[in-house]
Amino acid sequence: MIDFINLYLVPALTLGSIYALGAVGISMIFGILRFAHFAHGDVMSIGAYGVLTAVWFIPIHPLLLMPFGGALAVFSALAADRWFYRPLRKLPTIYTVIASFGVALILRSLMQILWGADNQVYVRGVTMPVVLFDTFRISALHAEAIVLTLIIAVALHFFLTRSRTGRAMRAVADDPELAAVAGLDTEKVIRWTWVIGASLAAVAGVFAGMDTDVHPNLGWNLLLPMFAATILGGIGKPMGAMAGGIIIGLAEELSTYNWIGEASLISPSYKTAVGFIIMVVLLIFRPQGLFKGRLL
Amino acid sequence: MSALLKVRGLTAGYGGVPVIEAIELEVAENSVTVIIGPNGAGKSTLLKSIFALTQITAGTIMLGERNITGLATSELVPIGIAAVPQSRNVFPSLTVSENLDIGTYAAAPKDRDRTQEKILALFPDLVPKLGQAAGELSGGQRQMVAIGRALMSEPKLLLLDEPTAGLSPAYLEKIFDLVLDIRKSGVTILMVEQNAKQALRIADAGHVLVGGRNFISGTGAELLANDNVRRSFLGATA
Amino acid sequence: MEWTGLLFYLVGFLIAGGIYAILCLALNIQWGMGGLFNAGIAGFFAVGAYASAIVTTQASEKHLGGFGLPIPVGLVVAAVVAGLTGWAVAKICVRLKSDYLAMASIGIAEILRLVIVNESWITNGSLGIANIPRPFDGLVQGRAADFVFLAVVWAVVAMVYWMSARLHDSPWGRTLRAIRDNEHAARAAGKDVDWFRLQTFVIGAAIMGVAGGLSAHYFKFLSPSATEPLLVTFLVWVMLMAGGSGNNRGAIAGGLGIWAIWSLTEIFTNRLPPELATRSSYVRMLLIGLLLQVVLQKFRSGLIPEKSPPVRFDGNSP
Repeated sequence: MIDFINLYLVPALTLGSIYALGAVGISMIFGILRFAHFAHGDVMSIGAYGVLTAVWFIPIHPLLLMPFGGALAVFSALAADRWFYRPLRKLPTIYTVIASFGVALILRSLMQILWGADNQVYVRGVTMPVVLFDTFRISALHAEAIVLTLIIAVALHFFLTRSRTGRAMRAVADDPELAAVAGLDTEKVIRWTWVIGASLAAVAGVFAGMDTDVHPNLGWNLLLPMFAATILGGIGKPMGAMAGGIIIGLAEELSTYNWIGEASLISPSYKTAVGFIIMVVLLIFRPQGLFKGRLL
Repeated sequence: MSALLKVRGLTAGYGGVPVIEAIELEVAENSVTVIIGPNGAGKSTLLKSIFALTQITAGTIMLGERNITGLATSELVPIGIAAVPQSRNVFPSLTVSENLDIGTYAAAPKDRDRTQEKILALFPDLVPKLGQAAGELSGGQRQMVAIGRALMSEPKLLLLDEPTAGLSPAYLEKIFDLVLDIRKSGVTILMVEQNAKQALRIADAGHVLVGGRNFISGTGAELLANDNVRRSFLGATA
Repeated sequence: MEWTGLLFYLVGFLIAGGIYAILCLALNIQWGMGGLFNAGIAGFFAVGAYASAIVTTQASEKHLGGFGLPIPVGLVVAAVVAGLTGWAVAKICVRLKSDYLAMASIGIAEILRLVIVNESWITNGSLGIANIPRPFDGLVQGRAADFVFLAVVWAVVAMVYWMSARLHDSPWGRTLRAIRDNEHAARAAGKDVDWFRLQTFVIGAAIMGVAGGLSAHYFKFLSPSATEPLLVTFLVWVMLMAGGSGNNRGAIAGGLGIWAIWSLTEIFTNRLPPELATRSSYVRMLLIGLLLQVVLQKFRSGLIPEKSPPVRFDGNSP
């Protein structure tokens, strides 16, 4: 039992948290801008590199330098929207999807040019795990990721339901034309969507980078499970996406547990296929997801 | 009464094809002005043009002394125009209370709580439903939420696009009474209606549109008495 | 000496260009004619490559094989396997909006890559399959074989072009374009939109499989890295957008044109010192990404815009 928690459950929740933070942004962009943002993974990666660079200059704990990563990610997202997505806003959204495909490549190339393609780490050496109650050995990183994601989830919920901008965002997601008729500033809502989506993506990117290594494909590799999480939660339902992320993370990690007998349920090399399988099942049986999101 | 809204020579449509041409229209302050006509006459297009949702190729729209042609939709609420579209006129996943609140974002009323009280007094049925998602309400209730949202910004001019469409007869009466109540509070109302006879009965002024152009205008009573109008438009409707 | 070098470089360029042209023609059927967004081109390419390789190679302990069938059979198997994979993907997504198909196609490409890398009893994993036969192996060898292969590739290009043009001008093609341009109207007219879309996707996927097979037989060696998703999928999209989607000639033009830019810039970057050389290949990717954005915003109809084929009313309908 203890082993299960230490070696499977906690890492699963960590992975789920990373997915959750990324999926929220994707779901919001889906809901408000109505397209699948293929460059979201790379926005995560750029956030990770932003913090990495900051750590080189100010060698303190990466999480304290989060704002640098966030700023870089937000800047990239806003720039991509201004130069590449906004000009295509009036066309069928599939063109913006293609453009986001291109932005993914542009961001990835920039990362490879500026930082090189090798793996990099925030902190050298091994960090000691945190020991709780003499039995649970949890890495500090995992604890930080899970707790921070929880805090963000609560904050996000209050933002969306209590604040003016949050409500305006939900209104635009519901019906952009009615929102314009009601006098809402749609462009402002779009800007906020990028700011929030990119900031959360950066946090996810830093955790992912701290968990493994920082490399240009960091975010791109996580894109598929994050899309699955978005669909699972229901498109346009940010809180649903967070739940979806946690579920996908759990499913992925726990699929390698030896539930039956000695061997793991699914070979570890196919872990990433779990998200895809869940997505396929959803698309066949319930494309609107758990929380009845919008069917595009 | 002076004219609050003046439309001169308006030609507009979608994608380069004009749906309405050379429309002339005046809406007197604090009046109920009604636009009627057969299907496809361009009534909704006219309303949507005033609300900048179509392509205007010629003509001007004046609100008081101000030329508002070419302003973006979201710029019209702050200057005192609120619109209620025909369908999809509430935010379905937002609660009734949140829907009303949205009405105050672009143009905040002087005393928000009092305004909401006044509106809920107009729509007492909504009071128990304030926490419910607007998408779960009936058609008539949604219409009330939509009109309520528009009124929250304390507009000078209220545009209603077929407010009785798809409603049960019980709600029909309510809507027309409501329009008169709103007029009493000082708001000017311009509405497009299919229920021509009932609409003309409460109208101070009416305009009949046919084939995208002005056909005939007059007071409500004049149009009701007009043989032409009676034969063409009042026979088949309620 | 100089000239023969240049000649063989040109042959290699045209072979790769031909394979890309086939991919572009296939994508044109899916996107240009059908309005379907396939983000997993690399997957269908890979599955076709491996299928043809396995079916045509000799027995080996390292991977599945030993059928030793002739290459045309290999290519047919490639088409069938890729087509079936395409069928599976499209069946799930066809009634949903295009964004879902984009996600699912990326997903299937990734899953296929995982299978290729991990099921080494089939594919020999990352080590790859070697000794894949060339067409007319017994008759020509060495450099001359490249010429032969060039002819084979472009024969396939011609076939695919011919088939695609026939499809485009046929009533089937017209229905497809009607669906692409106004789905509701087509449905109202009684067309089974989903079935048409499914067929389109499958045909495109099958052709992509053939392209993969050809690639395997050209290099005579196949490994997962040869189907690096970025290069294959992305480049083909840029090629089609730049050349003219909805248009077969544009597809070929875009394929050759962008491949020319890519190869020529590769010559330059290869001459740079090694540290700069890797960085410059990323610069190339960056520029190609920017090129896509420019094309999307300014030149959406591409170099050669689509032209509707004439509808004949003379009683001998096409």
